[in-house]
Amino acid sequence: MRTGLLAKKLGMTRVFAEDGAHVPVTVLQLDGCQVVGQRTKDRDGYVALQLGAGSRKAKNVTKPLRGQFAAAKVEPKAVVREFRVDEDMLVEVGSELSAEHFVPGQKVDVAGTAKGKGFAGAMKRWNFGGLRASHGVSISHRSLGSTGQCQDPGKVFKGKKMAGQYGDVRITTQNLEVVRVDADRGLVLVKGSVPSAKNGWVEVRDAVKKAAPEGVPTPAGLKAAAEAEVQAEGGEA
Amino acid sequence: MANIIQTLEAEEMQRVLGDKTIPEFSPGDTLRVSVKIKEGDRERVQAFEGVCIARAGGGIQENFTVRKLSFGEGVERVFPVVSPMLESIEVKRRGKVRRAKLYYLRGRTGKAARIAERTTGHGIQRREKKA
Repeated sequence: MRTGLLAKKLGMTRVFAEDGAHVPVTVLQLDGCQVVGQRTKDRDGYVALQLGAGSRKAKNVTKPLRGQFAAAKVEPKAVVREFRVDEDMLVEVGSELSAEHFVPGQKVDVAGTAKGKGFAGAMKRWNFGGLRASHGVSISHRSLGSTGQCQDPGKVFKGKKMAGQYGDVRITTQNLEVVRVDADRGLVLVKGSVPSAKNGWVEVRDAVKKAAPEGVPTPAGLKAAAEAEVQAEGGEA
Repeated sequence: MANIIQTLEAEEMQRVLGDKTIPEFSPGDTLRVSVKIKEGDRERVQAFEGVCIARAGGGIQENFTVRKLSFGEGVERVFPVVSPMLESIEVKRRGKVRRAKLYYLRGRTGKAARIAERTTGHGIQRREKKA
């Protein structure tokens, strides 16, 4: 299992495929996505990479957290998340990840926090039909209707769909296709929509349910590696 | 920092259009739109000629609706303004209209559906005055 990326959702646009079909895409940006820490079997009991992205003023970072960033010798990050990885997929602390971590055509899972809708009624939250506009319905046009039976069972069953908090939960959208990758600007274009508001942070991982294609960089697509490659090519030419 | 989405859209427009240019046209104009059609592995160009009755959206998302009468039956097609499937857009005639969406044409045929020709205004180069 490779690591994922911490990216910022910029918004949506459209691109055109080779055959002229238009593809709706979400633009995800890498903003200084670096490895901040490692979790190892011996010390922590599990294996993971701690990634950080974005930037935060040092004065706004708590002292303990500042110590963590100092130990990793990275700039203070706006967000820090852990990604479970295999033991041979660990990446050195401080290395910066590149958008070329993913290859076009690959499927990814994207996790983010859905837009909060507040306390929503059953029509919005569960797509209930509501009541009629006329024929004697009074004030309860958007109500949810009946919630159960009569004296037997004499209660509302648990899990009954009702009004309540809607949105603002972590959602993972699976099997989104990577349409394009722009390493220079750190952009990943993913087909379709992605949970989270604009400028929200999302986690992008290899799809769990689809095998990654051949040629994905292991253990991870790093910025330093990409630069070294370019230099090597330049030297040959 | 410039808005990345806007830059991406500008680049994509550049890439799709190449050296093609989109003529200035507005609702009321009669257009001839050449569309690439794929049949198996063969590709051919089909023309669709009619009145532009609406433009909607903006930038790379912009589209326009063309309406024509085909064997007495009204046919409308919506095209994206920027698309690799559009070979060309040709303005045949400019129309003088007073609204942006000409949906009222849907209920009309023949004489009632006429649009007067526009000879001045935007998109038309003013002729030199005779001395």
